[in-house]
Amino acid sequence: MPLIASRDHPPAGAVLARLHEIHSARGYLPEADLRTAAQDLAVPLSQLYSAASFYFAFSFEPRGKHTVQVCLGTACYIRGGDRLEEKIETLLAVRPGETTRDGEFTLETVHCLGSCSMSPVIRVDEETYGRLKVDRVSRILKKYRPDGTGESSVEEQIS
Amino acid sequence: MKIRTHADLEGLRAEGDALLHSARPRICVGMATCGMAAGAGAVFKAIGEAATASGLDVMLVSTGCIGCCQQEPVVDVRMPGQGRVVYARMTPEAGERLIAALSAGELPAEHAMAVIPEPGSALPEKPQGLSHLPRMEDLPFYKKQQKIILRNSGRIDPRRVEEYAAAEGYTALERVLLHLSPQETIDEITRSGLRGRGGAGFPTGKKWDLCSRAPGTARYIICNADEGDPGAYMDRTVLESDPYAVIEGMTIAGYAIGASEGYVYVRNEYPLAIERIHHAIEQAGELGLLGDNILGSGFTFSIDVVRGAGAFVCGEETALITSMEGGLSEPRPRPPYPAVKGLWGQPTVINNVKTLASIPAIVAKGADWYAGIGTEGNAGTVVFSLVGKVANTGLVEAPLGLTLDEMIHGIGGGGLDGRQVKAVQTGGPSGGCIPASLFHLPIDYASLSHAGSIMGSGGMVVMDEETCMVDVALYFLRFTMAESCGKCTPCREGTRQMVEILTRIVEGKADPGDLDLLEEVALWVKGASLCGLGQTAPNPVLSTFRYFRDEYDAHVNERRCPAGVCRALVRFAIAPGRCTGCGLCLRECSVGAITGEKKQPHRIDEALCARCRACYDICPEGAVEIAR
Amino acid sequence: MPTVTINGTSVTVPQGTLLLKAVEEAGITLPTLCHHDALSPYGACRLCMVLITAPRRALVASCAYPVEEDLAVETHSAEAVQARRLALEALMARCPRSHVIRNLAEREGVTTTRFGMPPSERADELCMLCGLCVRVCRDLIGAAAISFVGRGSERRVGAPFALQSDACIGCGACAEVCPTGAIRMEDRGDQRILHAWNTRIPLARCPGCGRFFTPAPTRFLKDMFPEMEAIWDVCPACRQERTARQWATEHPLIIQ
Repeated sequence: MPLIASRDHPPAGAVLARLHEIHSARGYLPEADLRTAAQDLAVPLSQLYSAASFYFAFSFEPRGKHTVQVCLGTACYIRGGDRLEEKIETLLAVRPGETTRDGEFTLETVHCLGSCSMSPVIRVDEETYGRLKVDRVSRILKKYRPDGTGESSVEEQIS
Repeated sequence: MKIRTHADLEGLRAEGDALLHSARPRICVGMATCGMAAGAGAVFKAIGEAATASGLDVMLVSTGCIGCCQQEPVVDVRMPGQGRVVYARMTPEAGERLIAALSAGELPAEHAMAVIPEPGSALPEKPQGLSHLPRMEDLPFYKKQQKIILRNSGRIDPRRVEEYAAAEGYTALERVLLHLSPQETIDEITRSGLRGRGGAGFPTGKKWDLCSRAPGTARYIICNADEGDPGAYMDRTVLESDPYAVIEGMTIAGYAIGASEGYVYVRNEYPLAIERIHHAIEQAGELGLLGDNILGSGFTFSIDVVRGAGAFVCGEETALITSMEGGLSEPRPRPPYPAVKGLWGQPTVINNVKTLASIPAIVAKGADWYAGIGTEGNAGTVVFSLVGKVANTGLVEAPLGLTLDEMIHGIGGGGLDGRQVKAVQTGGPSGGCIPASLFHLPIDYASLSHAGSIMGSGGMVVMDEETCMVDVALYFLRFTMAESCGKCTPCREGTRQMVEILTRIVEGKADPGDLDLLEEVALWVKGASLCGLGQTAPNPVLSTFRYFRDEYDAHVNERRCPAGVCRALVRFAIAPGRCTGCGLCLRECSVGAITGEKKQPHRIDEALCARCRACYDICPEGAVEIAR
Repeated sequence: MPTVTINGTSVTVPQGTLLLKAVEEAGITLPTLCHHDALSPYGACRLCMVLITAPRRALVASCAYPVEEDLAVETHSAEAVQARRLALEALMARCPRSHVIRNLAEREGVTTTRFGMPPSERADELCMLCGLCVRVCRDLIGAAAISFVGRGSERRVGAPFALQSDACIGCGACAEVCPTGAIRMEDRGDQRILHAWNTRIPLARCPGCGRFFTPAPTRFLKDMFPEMEAIWDVCPACRQERTARQWATEHPLIIQ
């Protein structure tokens, strides 16, 4: 029986929180999980889908094991962030939003990771690499490949 | 144990005080996101391990950001009986040597940047052997700054509410809950002259007043921490370095307008800020500083955190509300304004992080004190993120009225690598570029607006002679185009049209008619868009048109990029006379366009060259030439 | 009852009246696409722009602006006209094959567009994202079967996952309310096909004549409102016949 939209609603932010939860657990937003979520939260599926399709944080396709985010915020752009992006595109043979064929890396561009004094900056998973020059990029990525060789993060490198 | 009385609060303060003025050496490492990106984590680890190994009993604290981000990793050491010194550009090895020196009872000179005097304490102003060091407040970077929003940043452990309390935290909340009525609280803020620090600069007291009077069955206070301006990171810094200031500010706001529920909407791209505010809320709850009967006043207030998901438009008030209500994010027509009809149609105050962080200081020290800082109609301080092609980057908090010149050349130390500063871009993608010829202007809401820009969130991106202003306009328009929610015709269609025209211009494929069309579309999008995103999206175009029309003309009429940036219009070549064959450019090139033997002049293959300037920037001999 | 001045003419309207309606009272019809009297203001198409000259100067969308006392408005100032024209140029470029938009544009003096044309695969686009279909389905009908998807110039309307919608009741309100005819609805055999949403809804058969006449999912109306039983059960033609017969029975023609 179709629902006549009720005046009740889930708490503010509940839809976003649930989408984040699914995304963290599954790496993307599977259709079945979204359908279940719509029922649990008692919101129309179309509303949930609308939100899921709008925000850059969410993907309907499985992501790679590692997410590489290149910051293209103003300060990073001015200090060569687009060059880093190009280098990574060349190395991984993907465009922003895409995942490498072997499922290892998903490349994204973001506008501002908030480390503007360290520009240009990239983030791989939870680690931020700042004050970068193009030639360090391949070493950083190597670290995340299955064989694990390659440059350590800024923190590890200094130590 | 819940804090219910003044005595309880004093007890908490004493605990914090014991930590801030410990009898052990107190070593604070700046571990906000940018500190971490610079390697502070490794420094922290090295110091900790060295202290354990040497048996030295220290207090090792991870704090937030001290502001001079250029100098990260920064370590602030307080040695009982000796003094307090700030160390810059620390490394793990230097950290080990620091412990060694402290073990010998000394503060080392290596990496020392400045001393921080503690007036009224037993500590000497300048520790032994360090009399040559300047005071922190005398450094050119800090001289004109005044820390109110960032008063505790880098000083206290952001995970310890007792340190916050010891740093005069909760003085304001106590005053409000026990001695002021909601209306008196609102009046205090109105008298202070505080204006919203999110960008629009709307008088905060007035907003609170409107909300408190609007009819509704519930009221809400929302902290807008969706800092979307690229180049701006002050909100992040406040949340990571001093989350309790925001909580206290929100609680005061809640009391003033009659809200029992508050939300902090944080950008998804700030995981550490999200973690810190969550933790602070939890701790505050455990101590009864949030929840029922706060400070025994009978006032109940709780805060929830909402995590954004990557949408710049959510920084706009009504779009933030629709985002929280659970669908996609899109703005709503105003009027009605959120203060009257906001979340779930109820009166809602949305304030920026920095606005809320200012509240406790204002209430504790009084409206008159705050109103006396800054200039007429521009009370108080603003936090600026000074970034880009400037020597000293970092967060700068200063009273309004400081000139752009003082900011960029005084505090900022002038252009990076001694280059000529051409312009400063303020206010993020909603703002405009102000040319160097106008750097005598004071930084205040009206002046920036008359100059064709906006204050915005306080972002200040410095640009030099190697920045192409047309390229900058295109950069910002690509950003706003991608972030446009798509609801209204002008923003959705207009930003794309502007990007198309600008792209033609930078590729050397435009004609003079394109410039007229660009201006016409820009004015339309500015005047007819539904929300602030669209209304301000054309500002980068309009301001660069106003001040850098010659660059546009060169691109269109001469197919030339004066700054040597636009890829379709430049050629790179290596001057064989200057090239030493060091090979740096060859390694830096991401498309393999450079060939050459070691110690032999290298060559760029024009057909392969992506014209990204990487070789130009890295060449130590200046051997790469740009033909425009 | 506030009094507002439209192009110099005073008009008095009830509190809460939208400026668009006040302008109508003054005898002026502004072009609109995303406005509908039965739905709350949306303010998306930006065609109904007017210039407020007092108490302050502002270009606003009249469909979403509630009148205030002493408001002074100019509907055809240069700014307002320019705003309308450029919006129509932009929409013409988005939907080059839409007659509705072309006609609206011509009435505002716009016959060509300087905006870039869409790629060939979108040349037949008729949807200009007014949102009326989404809003009527969600706010008036309460089914919320469709919504906006994506962002910016990729924004479009659709059912979740572009699949058959589970929530659609086949009422056709979306098709009815679409100003450009972008939503094609077709009754074919025992199905109602909403092409735009990849959705097929079974139709119920009339027990009287055997024709398929109403979307089966709307049966819930019968359960919710028992008095609708008589209306829902038979098709309009049979119902007319039945009513006529009933009337004739109750009012027999007496032949003298």
